Amino acid sequence: MTSLPPPTDKKLGLVIDLDICVGCHACAVSCKEWNTSGASAPLTDLDPYGANNDGVWLNRIHSYEVDDGAGGMTVNFPRSCLHCETPDCVTVCPTGASYKRAEDGIVLVNPDTCIGCKLCSWACPYGAREFDEDDGVMKKCTLCVDRVYNETLDPADRQPACVRACPTGARAFGDLGDPESAVSKLVAEREGEALLPQLGYKPVNRYLPPRPRRRDAGEAGAALTPQPLPSGAAGGDAAGDRFFRWVDRVLSR
Amino acid sequence: MHPAYSIIIFTTASGAGYGLLALLCLFGALGLLPAERWLGLLGFGIAFALITAGLLASSWHLGHPERAWRAFSQWRSSWLSREGVMAVATYVPSGLFAAAWVFVETTEGIWALLGLVSAVVALATVCCTAMIYASLKTVRQWHSAWVPAGYLALALMSGALWLSFLASLFGLAGAGLLVLSLLAIALGAAIKLGTWRHNAAAAKDLTSAQATGLAKFGSVRQVEAPHSQANYLMREMGHRVARKHARKLRRLAVTTAFALPFALVLLALIAPAWLAGLALFLAVASSSVGLLVERWLFFAEAQHVVTLYYGAEVA
Amino acid sequence: MSQQPEIELSPRIADEVKATTCYMCACRCGIKVHLKDGRVRYIEGNRDHPVNGGVLCAKGSAGIMQHYSPARLRKPLLRVGERGSGDFKEIEWEEALGLASDWLGEIRARDPRKLAFFTGRDQSQALTGWWASQFGTPNYAAHGGFCSVNMAAAGLYTVGGSFWEFGEADWEHTRYFLLFGVAEDHDSNPIKIALGKLKKRGVKIVSVNPVRTGYSSIADEWVAIRPGTDGLFVAALIRELLLADKIDLESLVRSSNAHWLVIQAPGEADDGLFARDAEGKPLAWDRNTEALVDAGSIEIAPAVVGRFALPDGRAAVPAFQLLAERFLDDRYAPETVAAETGVPAATIKRIAAELAHAAFEQEVRLDVPWTDWAGRRHEAMIGRPVAMHGMRGISAHSNGFHTCRMIHVLQMLLGAIDCPGGFRYKPPFPKPVPPPLKPAGRADQVVPDQPMGGPPLGFPTGPEDLLVDPDGSARRIDKAYSWEAPLAAHGLMHMVIANAAKGDPYPVDLLFLYMANMAWNSSMNVPGVIEALTAKDEAGNYRIPKLIYADAYASETVAYADLVLPDTTYLERWDCISLLDRPICSAEGPADSIRQPVTAPDRDVRPFQDVMIELGARLGLPGFVTETGAPRYPGGYPDYIVNHERAPGIGPLAGWRGEDGRAEGRGAVNPDQLERYIENGCFWRYELAPSLHYFKHINRDYLEWARDFGLLGSAEPIVHQLYSEPLQRFRLAARGHGERQPPEEHRARVEAYFDPLPLWYAPFEEAALVGGDLPMHAVTQRPMAMYHSWGSQNAWLRQIHADNRLNVHRETAARLGIAEDDWVWVISHQGRVKGQVRLVEGVNPDTVWTWNAIGKRAGAWGLDPKAPEATRGFLLNHVISELLPERAGGFRYSNSDPVTGQAAWYDLRVRIEKADPQEAAETAPRFETLRPLPGAPARPDVLRFGKEFRSGGGQGA
Repeated sequence: MTSLPPPTDKKLGLVIDLDICVGCHACAVSCKEWNTSGASAPLTDLDPYGANNDGVWLNRIHSYEVDDGAGGMTVNFPRSCLHCETPDCVTVCPTGASYKRAEDGIVLVNPDTCIGCKLCSWACPYGAREFDEDDGVMKKCTLCVDRVYNETLDPADRQPACVRACPTGARAFGDLGDPESAVSKLVAEREGEALLPQLGYKPVNRYLPPRPRRRDAGEAGAALTPQPLPSGAAGGDAAGDRFFRWVDRVLSR
Repeated sequence: MHPAYSIIIFTTASGAGYGLLALLCLFGALGLLPAERWLGLLGFGIAFALITAGLLASSWHLGHPERAWRAFSQWRSSWLSREGVMAVATYVPSGLFAAAWVFVETTEGIWALLGLVSAVVALATVCCTAMIYASLKTVRQWHSAWVPAGYLALALMSGALWLSFLASLFGLAGAGLLVLSLLAIALGAAIKLGTWRHNAAAAKDLTSAQATGLAKFGSVRQVEAPHSQANYLMREMGHRVARKHARKLRRLAVTTAFALPFALVLLALIAPAWLAGLALFLAVASSSVGLLVERWLFFAEAQHVVTLYYGAEVA
Repeated sequence: MSQQPEIELSPRIADEVKATTCYMCACRCGIKVHLKDGRVRYIEGNRDHPVNGGVLCAKGSAGIMQHYSPARLRKPLLRVGERGSGDFKEIEWEEALGLASDWLGEIRARDPRKLAFFTGRDQSQALTGWWASQFGTPNYAAHGGFCSVNMAAAGLYTVGGSFWEFGEADWEHTRYFLLFGVAEDHDSNPIKIALGKLKKRGVKIVSVNPVRTGYSSIADEWVAIRPGTDGLFVAALIRELLLADKIDLESLVRSSNAHWLVIQAPGEADDGLFARDAEGKPLAWDRNTEALVDAGSIEIAPAVVGRFALPDGRAAVPAFQLLAERFLDDRYAPETVAAETGVPAATIKRIAAELAHAAFEQEVRLDVPWTDWAGRRHEAMIGRPVAMHGMRGISAHSNGFHTCRMIHVLQMLLGAIDCPGGFRYKPPFPKPVPPPLKPAGRADQVVPDQPMGGPPLGFPTGPEDLLVDPDGSARRIDKAYSWEAPLAAHGLMHMVIANAAKGDPYPVDLLFLYMANMAWNSSMNVPGVIEALTAKDEAGNYRIPKLIYADAYASETVAYADLVLPDTTYLERWDCISLLDRPICSAEGPADSIRQPVTAPDRDVRPFQDVMIELGARLGLPGFVTETGAPRYPGGYPDYIVNHERAPGIGPLAGWRGEDGRAEGRGAVNPDQLERYIENGCFWRYELAPSLHYFKHINRDYLEWARDFGLLGSAEPIVHQLYSEPLQRFRLAARGHGERQPPEEHRARVEAYFDPLPLWYAPFEEAALVGGDLPMHAVTQRPMAMYHSWGSQNAWLRQIHADNRLNVHRETAARLGIAEDDWVWVISHQGRVKGQVRLVEGVNPDTVWTWNAIGKRAGAWGLDPKAPEATRGFLLNHVISELLPERAGGFRYSNSDPVTGQAAWYDLRVRIEKADPQEAAETAPRFETLRPLPGAPARPDVLRFGKEFRSGGGQGA
């Protein structure tokens, strides 16, 4: 199954808005929580209360500083599987455990046939695959395939756990193969980026870039104009007399 | 990349094994070596032992070795699967050829054809191994023709050294074989040095700004990693070797893998038989150590693109 | 080619889903807990819930790991070794409760003040405060004194409401959002939800914060202000707006005391108080009639500047004029404050222009008719769409009260309070300014075996309300409501242990703490606190003779308790998030909620609230027993939640009251109330009519509704206090007027800081150390994925933050010769602590910062003593003093705001020095490793949580 399926119109994926992400890790922990009991359960944690604690996570949040030459930006960056259209992580798999679903393009690992050779993780430039040393198999984002079609869930909940949890609304899920979908329109409007397109894997997920920071005056103007004092005001412009500008103001209560 | 001992042993041992196997089969088929039972038993025994040890070592590295049989299924797309298929496939013609050599003491006629096929399949297996790495676009140092060239050359070199040593035990290590060994060492050294030169010159053309899609804003530096402690990706893909340390190891590799064996083979050319045998044994031992170091560096010096997300600014 | 495997796309993930309320922080989000085979399988946000609308933060999603944490306490513990040794024995609850009630009963019969009862981030203060007052001790507070009291008090003494979860920006309509202060914790999900909406609407977000993380990282503009100078920045904005006359005077005279006349009679006892008529009504000058009039009357044209003669011949000026005089001063000119704040003058001027532009050029009009307090109908609600929010960075400075008050004044000047697009009150706010509730604890109110006759916490409006003895010394152990902290509306929890150990103002016999990690991250000067907890007198007795601690987890403080009462996790108990406490209302209506137990404890633990009710009954506290002396709430906390009435018809929960369950707000007890809550997802909300949504302080329909609902005592309009008369009363006392005056040593301080107008002054620590060798600020904040110390026992959250770095500006580090990953000493006047450096650019160059409460004491929280939290994590608390540097005469004030007593965490001044490379790469100081508690489970090497839930099961080969 590691040969890729023929290209399909439906390309399920995520759109992540770097303009909005505050780096709170809500998506990452929600993902951990859902998937540790999901299709590739568990997402094992090693030495969980010890000195070298480490576990399997399918989504991790970095923070970067961007030197834009104009004061800089801090950008919070969630990173998970991009469900590429032509991923090597699938084709390098010797067993067929790593596969791309023909119906929607979701890239999955079959935990029952994975031999744990780790080669798929080597083939992925995005760090999307994490080896579960205890379970002996590779784990990765499933795009919550056991949520998005889950008929036991409320239709509103049929979206990946990360999207469901995200407090700021920085994540969206949908069919990026359909130009009319909400996510595709968002990508078009915001010029969403595919990561490292030069490697040729055609990621489905898109990242919406931060909007330029607004440090200019804009229509408000650079400063306010002080109101002149009324002529004949008793005061001069000494600090204590400046309030005379309101001496003739008629207010109503 | 993390230099896992299982994979270092796998690639070096199976490389030597396939190199030896290919040369035995080729020389046997071409009648350049006599189908002498004890030479065959020792030669094929060592070749198969090296290959099998390498393959077993590679399975230590698996999370589920008991499922390893599944790896033969995806030869259409996966170099690792192809490598597995070819590895097993090599046993069949070469096993038959070896049996004819050892039990019937013949390598002629149809057997010669089988020997040629075996040599090709053995070398193809080495190519498949190399292509597992060379096909990875994510490791820039690996993604070039230098890698299969190097794997092939080094497999042939270790095979030639082994063969020379074994032949010497039977008084069959003629000048031709030794000169071939010298050429193989020279080729291996040239390709390895060429690979290093190529990698040093290759532009690190991917940046953390590109990896994050933020290149249009400026340069990008990680200020907070996702988690406090190292994770699988950082351990597996984020291995770093200090430049000074790497230089030292490269010198050690060049000395033990190439320079010393070259000198020892030269010595064998002119020395009396007993000394030639010892020299060739030392050449095999030295090159084995050298290739282990070379292979350690092959992994340790390779930088994975994912490091761009974890603090590296170029890859 | 093999077939694509069949996968289970519709696994049924739960046998049962139970709604309850999250308690991974103080945000109170609604959650749905999915249970499978009796185990918690999945927690998600409740879509219908008014707080979070379905989203859930990292902490909330990690609730499972909190619930199953190996650090959970398992059984009551009695100390058998020395305090701090960790030598305990497990005892039965009967013995534990017997001991506690013996100790408490003896104290209550002798001197109830000898019980000091303090709780941490507790959300049942309506119960605990009432328990304290029934017990008869004034020595009660929660942790607000070291958290938020500046914010709360400044708001309540100025506009009758406050920031944090007590108010909110009008996220739907605002056009400009100004966010102040470091630390992104309170109200976190609502703010995150809202920021996302603002960004999508293209509203400009300006973050004034020394640190650029989290919310500040997505702000359109980050103003890298120097800590403690926000007041200067705001003052300069006010000055710019005044000079340009970009202020909403109409709104000021409608909503505030801007036009009230202030007596100008220097030296006299009523100087600076409002001029009042014979009935006590404040006076204003009416320009229509050219006469003094009742300032509260309508259809007048009040003067806001000018000098007017009072009937007695003395002069008076409108409050606004005094404010204008203050802020028009060149002291607050942008050019003057630029160097101190680190904000260029041009930036200040531009932001002032942007505020004015948003407020006055982008007016929001909602076509919703409403009626003002005087009965006048208005066809539309017109708003000035500028919203502001303040966080701990404003509050935790010794100038925080005035700084926060100044922000409210800025909002008032812009007319941006409770209008469309502005800052909005959440009911039960607005309250009268300040709320009409005085703290109890006077000598005549504290009587053995009697309740106190009033709540321990309240809002003084003059020296007569202070809790001081005739010699001026404090009556409370924490010195709240004394001359050192007159408006300490939340108490001063951070001073309790030090004061009790010193016997200053007096010793206590029993310190009872709940869920407050005072021996670690909830105290300043941790080494000093540990010493105080273990200090002995000459006779060899502990200076704090008895210490009871209740908590759910093995925190650092447990080791110092004599008796440990183990609490449940939040998924194992009842709670109510009550309008009497800190509710979950929105600006569009009141709301409250409950927690229900979704699973039963597997340990011998009891909900703390049940324990308090049980102790109350054993002690015979009046509210806790019937006339016959029987327990009044034999069913424990749920019984209390349903049946307790604080006033007739008013109980902990406002929903489904009345015998038929149809009443809201006021109504008889409904025995089925909890069932109704559970049916509704464990919360209740009331939707106000749109005509009540804004201008609540002057909106007649709102005020009358709030009165009838029980939120307000009367429907009188609520007057914003541009000028604060209560502050002036304290100042007059300091000037020698009135019966109760501050002792000599406090006079100058009270006079200086009880200024009726907001002002800025340098934070005390900075001022005391001026010219010294501590040139930098050091601040902390909690990471969004952690909540104080609780997170470190959480197997998932502690992977995100297992240690903390000292973040230093790249250029500053270069100047100091410090490189990435270097270990450095952070040195304050109090001591030094070692941490590892990370270089960043998103920080004010004069400031270093770190994540708070990641550092842990070895052995605490069920962690391996070698855990990074203990070896590399560090607490800045170690170097923050609870006292200010010594003054002339040797007196040391607490490191607190002089008005409210708020702990001034963020005043910390430090220098950093590279550690000797020979020193171990680990933090210092380290404290002795805490021993495991009796019965503590073994730590697992591998956690395979969820394996048992895997759908599609089998491990094929």
